[in-house]
Formats: sequence, C-alpha cells, structure tokens
Amino acid sequence: MNAASVVDVRGLSVRFASDRGEIEAVDAASFDVREGEILGLVGESGSGKTVTATAILRLIRKPGRQTGGSILFDGRDLARIPEDELQQIRGAKIAMISQTPRTSLNPLITVGRQVARLFQLHAGLSAADSRKRALEMLTLVGIPEPERRARQYAHQFSGGMCQRVMIAMALTTSPRLLIADEPTTGLDVSTAARILDLLRDLGARTGASILLITHDLGVVATTCQRVAVMHAGQVVEIAPVRSLFRQPAHPYTRALVRSIPRIDREIVMEPVPGSVPSLLNPPAGCRYAGRCPWVEDRCRREKPAMTPVAPEHFVACFAVEDGRAAAV
Amino acid sequence: MPPLCEVAGLKTHFPLRGPAAWLRALKDGKPPVVRAVDGVSFTLDPGETVGLVGESGCGKSTVARTLVRLVPPTAGSIRFDGEEISTLSDSGFNKVRPDLQMVFQDPTASLNPRLSVRRMVGEPLKLHTRLSPAERRERTDAVLEEVGLGADLADRYAHELSGGQRQRVNIARALVTNPRLLVLDEPTSALDVSLRARVILLLEELRQRHGLSYLFISHDLATVRYLASRVAVMYLGVIVEEAPAGELFDHPTHPYTRALLAAVPVPDPDAPRDPFVLSGEIPSPIDIPAGCRLRARCPMAQPVCAEPVPWREVAPGHFAACHLV
Repeated sequence: MNAASVVDVRGLSVRFASDRGEIEAVDAASFDVREGEILGLVGESGSGKTVTATAILRLIRKPGRQTGGSILFDGRDLARIPEDELQQIRGAKIAMISQTPRTSLNPLITVGRQVARLFQLHAGLSAADSRKRALEMLTLVGIPEPERRARQYAHQFSGGMCQRVMIAMALTTSPRLLIADEPTTGLDVSTAARILDLLRDLGARTGASILLITHDLGVVATTCQRVAVMHAGQVVEIAPVRSLFRQPAHPYTRALVRSIPRIDREIVMEPVPGSVPSLLNPPAGCRYAGRCPWVEDRCRREKPAMTPVAPEHFVACFAVEDGRAAAV
Repeated sequence: MPPLCEVAGLKTHFPLRGPAAWLRALKDGKPPVVRAVDGVSFTLDPGETVGLVGESGCGKSTVARTLVRLVPPTAGSIRFDGEEISTLSDSGFNKVRPDLQMVFQDPTASLNPRLSVRRMVGEPLKLHTRLSPAERRERTDAVLEEVGLGADLADRYAHELSGGQRQRVNIARALVTNPRLLVLDEPTSALDVSLRARVILLLEELRQRHGLSYLFISHDLATVRYLASRVAVMYLGVIVEEAPAGELFDHPTHPYTRALLAAVPVPDPDAPRDPFVLSGEIPSPIDIPAGCRLRARCPMAQPVCAEPVPWREVAPGHFAACHLV
C-alpha cells in the first residue's frame, strides 16, 4: 500500500472573477503529497502551480475563490475549518518558502530576530531560549558564522543565503508539509544545487514532506520522488519520477521533455506546440486539445479522467487510453 | 579565414568612490578598484557562436558591455574585422555599431514603453543609415516578419506583448542594421520553458541564414551547449577554460568548470551525478587572490597554485588555466 498522505487535494477548482468573465485558474486538480516524500509540481507559467499552493494554505485572495474540491490535511478539509484553527496549521504545520527570499524577509529586523520570533510565537519559548534555537537553526541550514550573521539584516545576505534563512524559518515549527515555490529560480547554478541538497537533506532528517513547485525538469529529476504535471490549470499526469522520464505518457509531458536543451548530450529540441490557452471561460474538455497532435472531437467535448498506465503512473488523455498515442 | 573579432588581454576596471573607498586608498596607498574583467582573450570566427559562461559576478556581462562600448575598456585590444576598435573615439565607434549589436537579458526593461514596435525596431536605421522613411519601414517590417512577428504587432507597444514577443522585438532591433556580430547577454533567461525553446531555435535559424556570429553569454549551460560551437568559462574576471562545446561539456578539466557542470541538474533521474563541489563563495573582485583565483575554494589546491597560472592546451583546441591539469 501507499504511504499515508500528508495532504490530499481532491478535485480542487479555483476561479478568479474578472471584468470579462471567470478565469478558471485551477480545474479539478487532484494529487496527494505522501509522508516524507518530495512531490514535484511542474508546468509552464500560468499553469496554476502557484495558485494550487496558495489554495492549500487557504490564502487565495479576492477576486479569487475556491469553487470546488477538498484539501484534506490530517483527515480534515482545510477549506472548511474555522480561521482561528487554520492559524494553528498555516505557518506551523504547513510552511512555505517563495522564489523571492529577499523580499520575504523583513528588511528592518535582524535575521536572527526574525527566526527567533517564530520560536516565541509558535513554541512560546523565552527570548533567550528562542535566540539560542534561532542560532541552531541558522547553523542547521548551513549559514557560516551564524552568531555574526544573525546580527545582520537581509540586505547583507546573498540570494542563496536569504533562501537558507527562509528554509530555517519554515522549519522552526517542524512542519509536516513544506511548500517550496520555485526555491532556486534566480539563483546561480551552484547555489541552486546546494539549496536543493539542503531541502533533500532536511526533508529526510525532519520527516517533512515537500511540495516542490518548479518549471525546471532537471530540478524534478534530481530532487523529487514523484511528479504531477500541470497544464492550464489541469493535472494531466502523475508518476514516480523515473517512470515519468522513462515513459512520459501525456502528449504535453512528452513535448515538455523534448523542449529543453540538455547539458549531458546533443539533442534535437522541439518547442511545445502552440501556447498556453486562455483560462477565461475555457471550453469543456482537455485544455491541451488546441496544442495536441492526437486531438479528436471527443477531446474538446469531454474531460479525460486520470487512468493508470503503469504502477502509480496516471494520465488524463483519451489518446493514451485508446492507444492512439504513438509509442514513446 | 581571419577571425571576425579578436579580443586580447581585455581589462575593464571600475574605480570605487565614496568615503569607504577614500579610507581604503589612505590605508593601501592606492585607490580600490573592482577588477570586473581582468585579462580576457578570445576570438570569434565569422558565422561562429562562442558561449561565455560563468556565475553572477564573474564578469561575463562586463565583457559584453565593453565589446559594444557601453563601458570603456581599461586595457587590452579589441579587433573587429581587422580594425582596432578599443581605441576609437566615440564617433569613430558609431561607424562600427551597425555591425556590432547587442540583445539584453531583460526583454521588458530594454524596450521603450512609449514607442511602437515599428518605431523601436526602425530607430537604429534612422541613426545609422540614410534610408528614406518608406525604405526604413519596408526594412523594419521585413525584419519583424523574419523574427516571427506579424505586421499586426508592429503598431503595438511593449506592454501589449508577451515576454517571448518582447524578446523577438529586441532581436529584430539588433538585426535591423544587418550586423555581423550579435552580443547576446542572457537572451533566454527571463523566458518560460516553451518560449525559451522557440527563441533558441530562432537564433540558430537567423545565424545560419545570415552567417551571423554570436557571442552568447549565459549561465544556462544546457542552452549554451545547444547553440555554441566553442565555450569559454569565466571565473572572477578571467577565462579559466576554453574548448569546443562537446569537448568542454564531456571532458571538463578545470576544477571550476567541473564544479559548474556538476551543479546543473540533468533532466534524467538515472544520470550519474558528479559529487564535485567547491567550498565557499566567489570572492570580491576588489581583493583578488594572487596565483590561481580559485585556489581558496578548490579541493585540489596545492602550494604551486599560489604561482601565476599557465594557459595550456590540454587537448587539440582545448585550453585550461590550471597548474594541475
């Protein structure tokens, strides 16, 4: 049997009202993040990855709202529990780090105090104890000379170091789920590699599960155990990472894999055809239909359900179901 | 065939100003200087793409900006088509500019929000040619067509375009004067995956059609492998390794190159991973260590690394600046 789910997203839909109509940013997305695993959520810009993460934290702001589905965390639906109880979960049991670590830190408070405040707030520690724990956290995430660095401000930290501080802050409350939204975008390759190493290592050590949002398939291949692929607000494929790269099933996943240049060998690169469709009053059916080489009438009318193609490997595509999709 | 562009011993230094710099000057006896580019040499053949890679702060963008005279060189020579251009006056340099154009990283910031696409792309023609307005318009529309922007987009403004379209406008503006060398400074970094692939293919198609040469500057090593025939790796103001692209990526010899390549995540869960890493971070380009600049971070460092580093050919066409290879 599968390991237990930490968070189980079922049929999540999120819409934003606009002058011209409803924007369906997320359309019946389902996936789960399991105990101790790193799940990758990949897709192009505008595929709904960040909105999905925001919905898990119930931080969707007007004019957006969750219009359907449930988000089960510890067996309770996050969409339905009272706000004051949610406060005990958000930031404590579910933490998030963003792709702009520098702007997520308070520029007017020393880095050490920002970390220490979390221990006071969530664990009720004394000022002296939280200072001590803050230094331990900064050491844990690999900040050199933590005593000196704790007295500095965010602007005195490099991008990679800011991201380490964010990770330290996210982990102060021993969360069960860490949402990392493009944590390495904008960092240099070697800095990015060390942040990913840190996430992997800390995930394994603290037992926190990680939902890693990224558009970089390289990051997915080296960091995640399972992957969910999103396109235009729909989850189109979920698979263990090896299965996804060996036998990508959905035409979008296949196109995505072929569209990136490789550092390890020479390849013929093909961009994903077309562009991400408008999410303003989108038609029923598969949203990849307009870009798909195997499209048929049915794809535009009906939405394909997730069907298994291999152990733990699910895909939402009629062409794959019917065997019309060419072999990989 | 003589090289189109030959850069030798190029240095671009920036003097520091302000009270802190003044105090340092008193202490050291000489004013502090940022040695952003500190002795860079390379050549570019006609029709060739040379990749210049390295991490933030290594000086790769300063090389690009010096080449097109956005910053003046401190020392060294830049020969373009046989002519020394580093010593030209600004007005003399303007005669070279049509042949030597640049595309910038941020497709939005490098466009004028108050000009239509057609006016922006046509502007270099106004500056550098004597074409009539009608001829300029014809040429502009032809170039827009070539980069895949239809005539219906020509009257739009930058904010009405997507990121990929904006970068196409930048490329069109650089191409409109029929240049021979394009300096591309991270042209795909701000783009989403699928747009990136299209811009890469467009650049390759344009190069082949017009016999353009590219100096392609990027920290995206996979894209560099795709586009470049030769690659130079920069660290702290100098080139530490240079080789044909396939050779460099398959057989890196300099420890810095090896660490850089090892850090790139490969989209294949079964790809072997090189655990080679460097310690610490890139030092300040003000206080550059003597000898090998990587010495303090290199796990293989020996006493000999404090000596000046030789530039050696380790395989045909493959050069590295390391005592230990």
